[in-house]
Parts: sequence; structure tokens; C-alpha cells
Amino acid sequence: MNLIELLAEPLSYTFMVRALAVTVIAAILCAVLSCWLVLIGWSLMGDAVSHAVLPGVVLAYIVGAPFALGALVFGFLAVALIGGVRDTSRLKEDAAIGIVFTTLFSFGLVLISVTPSHLDLNHIIFGNLLGVSAADLWQVIILGAVTFLILVLKRKDFTLYAFDSTHAHALGMNPRLIGAVLLGLLAMTSVVALQAVGVILVVAMLIIPGASAYLLTNSFGKMLIIAPGLAALAGIIGVYVSYYVDASTGGMVVLSQGAIFVLVYLFSPRQGLVAHRLMLLRRRKTLEAAAK
Amino acid sequence: MTLAIDVDAATVHYGTVLALDKASVQLERGSVCGLVGMNGSGKSTLFKTIMGLLKPDTGKVLVNGSSPLQARKSGAIGYVPQNEAVDWDFPISVREVVMTGRYGHMGFTRRPKKADQIAVDAALERVDLAEHAGRQIGQLSGGQKKRAFVARCIAQESNIMLLDEPFAGVDKRSEATITKLLREVADQGGSVLISTHDLHALPTLADQAILLMRKVLMQGDPQLVLQPENLAMAFGLDPMNRGGAA
Repeated sequence: MNLIELLAEPLSYTFMVRALAVTVIAAILCAVLSCWLVLIGWSLMGDAVSHAVLPGVVLAYIVGAPFALGALVFGFLAVALIGGVRDTSRLKEDAAIGIVFTTLFSFGLVLISVTPSHLDLNHIIFGNLLGVSAADLWQVIILGAVTFLILVLKRKDFTLYAFDSTHAHALGMNPRLIGAVLLGLLAMTSVVALQAVGVILVVAMLIIPGASAYLLTNSFGKMLIIAPGLAALAGIIGVYVSYYVDASTGGMVVLSQGAIFVLVYLFSPRQGLVAHRLMLLRRRKTLEAAAK
Repeated sequence: MTLAIDVDAATVHYGTVLALDKASVQLERGSVCGLVGMNGSGKSTLFKTIMGLLKPDTGKVLVNGSSPLQARKSGAIGYVPQNEAVDWDFPISVREVVMTGRYGHMGFTRRPKKADQIAVDAALERVDLAEHAGRQIGQLSGGQKKRAFVARCIAQESNIMLLDEPFAGVDKRSEATITKLLREVADQGGSVLISTHDLHALPTLADQAILLMRKVLMQGDPQLVLQPENLAMAFGLDPMNRGGAA
């Protein structure tokens, strides 16, 4: 079998085409968002919101409302509760996050277990890439496109918020509103990515691409290209490998992202571990030569 | 003429801790005012109150004769953050930082126009950073970092500049460059409020000084404010040594 056949064979199945489409869309969207999350220091917040949307999604399913709406409501509820617990008790934020998101997530699990429905717990927890229906795909496309558009159009404001929110305030902007919009987009993104890799692995897609890109460049504009590029590549690799070795698709997608991160972490030209060590070694040699 | 900054008997609490006690500060246009006081004397709180980040429990704040919010929306307030408040690893170039000063002049997507590019180039030129414009912000020296943020205020065309400890970790040459720039800003009608530990340089830098210890102990000519007996009120014993070492 040559390379073209290798790449073409899975595409003869509709479910594989849909799986690839959902993976690439979710990967790109998460990766763009991850650039800000990593820089603001919201990685844990990404973890929290992506889990906390679960009861929202289930309740939306029960009452027949759009998933995104339920996710938004519970995403904001989680953020409000985290802030509330942090500000009104002696607990620090990491404890507040840990309490709030696990409780909401469990609430979602309980709701699923008592709701007679076609909702499959395993699909929500681990994703269901190979069972994406045409309707699912459309929801991912529309939700993804709207979220992506807002992120890209308002990217300068989000970046200023991440870099210097006091300056944003001094210019008469409303940093709290900018932060809230970003969290809302995080909730929407979680719904999209949930479809692909499931609740547990969403956080990987929300951190790894931005973190990898941050180790590769000193320009935020380039991060916004590199992160989704790497994420899409990892997504495609993950789906193909899972097809040929018959392994968990969501798992393989995240594993590919992790593998790319390891490569970047080791071999990034300026920030990589190897480059750092080499630089130290060279510096020591120069010093020794000078001492002689 | 309306005052640039008019803080009238502002009292601010953090929880139960009193941070500003009926502080009144008047800053005229075209002047540089040095803000002197110990750590915890309320300097940063005063800045936050002027910017509208904190609302005073009692008292009034007017900036350019209007509310802090209106002043911010008109782009009047430029702000140079403390070193510790900046993420120097952030993937942003010097030019991009200065460009954020222009955001108030731009539309929904903050797309720079010709005028914005020109203003940024001119501001970089004025602080002598044009050749480093492409560098990541953390790759500048201490003095260059401060100049980059001063350039942001200049590009913003703000007429009030607030600088929180701009001379901490800054070499003498950069300090002189910044001092000269701030004088120019004042000579063109701008107003500068600057907190500093460098008491020796205060008379060259400022034409007004404020001694702060939660209350405004005094406001007036820097030479007068720097009299040992006055500093003693704000700093406790042996004021000149303490100020000189800082």
C-alpha cells in the first residue's frame, strides 16, 4: 500500500470523514483559545470550565435547548462560584477550582445516570469521534465558526487583557467584560471539543497547543498560527493512527499533541531543553578559554 | 483653568485597613509632581483611585474636570506600570506594546491606520527605542523597558501620565532620558504624577512634590518638602539615609 492509498482508504468511510472534520475544527478552535489561556494563567480555569459545562449540556438535552446555552450557563456559574468561594473564604483559588468543578461535574454524571436517554456516558466522558452524526457535525461547524470569528476579530483586546489589563482599563475598556467574553468562548469551545475527545481530554486541547507554540516563538501573532497548525496536524495524525492500530480516537489525538509538545520542549531552537543545555555548555567553554 | 487631577478628601479602605485617609491632591496642567512616601503609604492606592480602579468610600475624584471614567474614555490617562506588574516573558514586541497605546483611537478590531503607525514610530523615536522596536519586551534593559511604556503614553496622546516607581532598577542615563521626556511632556501642557524613592533627583524632576502617609502630609515645592523635618514625618527617623539608600 503506498502513502496515497494509506491516506485515502479511511476517507472512503463517511464516519471517518466526519471524525476528521470534527477533530480538525475542535483542535483549531481549542488551539487558538489556548494561546490566551496559557498566557493569562488560566490553564486550570480551562480544566474547570470544560468539566463544569457537563450538567449544563445534560439539562439542555433534557429540556431540548441548544447544548451551547446550557454550557454557557454552567460555565459562568462555575466561574462565579470559584470566584465566590475564593473571595469569601480563606481558601486559595486552586482549592476553590477543585471543589467547584468536581462538584458540578459529578452533578452532571448523576443527571446522566437518572435521565432515561440516548446520552451515553462513555461518549461524553471520552468523546465519540467515530459516531458523529450529520447533525452533530453541523452543530460543531456553526458553534466553532461563531466562536472562532469572535476570537479572531477581538484578538487584540484579548491579548491586551492578557498582557496588561490595567492599561485596558486606563483606555476606558472594561477588562471584566473582556474576561467574561473570553470565559464564555471557553464554555462554547468546550462543547465543540467535547464531541471530539470528551470532557476529560478537552483540557489537553486547551493547554498543549498554546504551550507548545509559546515555546517556539516570541510573537503572539505567530503563536496564533503555530498553535492551531500543530493542533490540526496532531489531530489528523491521531485519527489516522487510531484507524490503523484500532485504538481510542480521542486518546490518540491528545497523545499526538502530547508527543508534539515533547518534541518542542526538547528541540525548540531557542526555548528548548537541548538548545538551553548547549548554550550553557558553550558559555562555559568560552569562559574556560578566556581563563586560560 | 480646570485641574488635571483633583482628588478631594478621598478615603479608601481595603477591608478594615485604612489605605487613604481624606487625601486631597491637586495637580495643575503643565506640571510634574513627585509622590513620596514609604511602602504602604498609599501611593499605589492613590493611583488606582485616580484611574477609577478603586472607588473612594468618601470624597471625590475629578480628572480633567470630569469623572475618571469619562477621562479614561477620552484617552486622557496614560499609565506606566510597576516592574512587578508586567509579564516580561509575554510574547509581544516593543512596537506592539507602544501600539496598544493607540487602541483608543482604533475601531472594533483595533486595526492600525496610517496615523497610528506614524504616532507609534514618532513615540519610539522620542524615547530612543526605534532600533529596538522589533525586540521582545523582556529583552530590553531596565531603563529601556520603562522608556517603552513612556512611549506608549506618548503614542496614546494622553495628557495625564501616571508613573508608579519608574526609576526602580533603572540606570542613571535612562533616568535622565525619562526625566527630560517628562519635562517636555509638562512643557507641552501635559501633567505628570510620579511616585519615586529617588529623593535626590526629585528637585530636577518635579516642580511639585507630595508627601504621603495615608494622609497628604504636605504638597508644595520639592525643596521644601525634602526638608529633613518634613521627611521625618513621612519616613520616621533618619530620613535622608533611608531615602538615599532606596
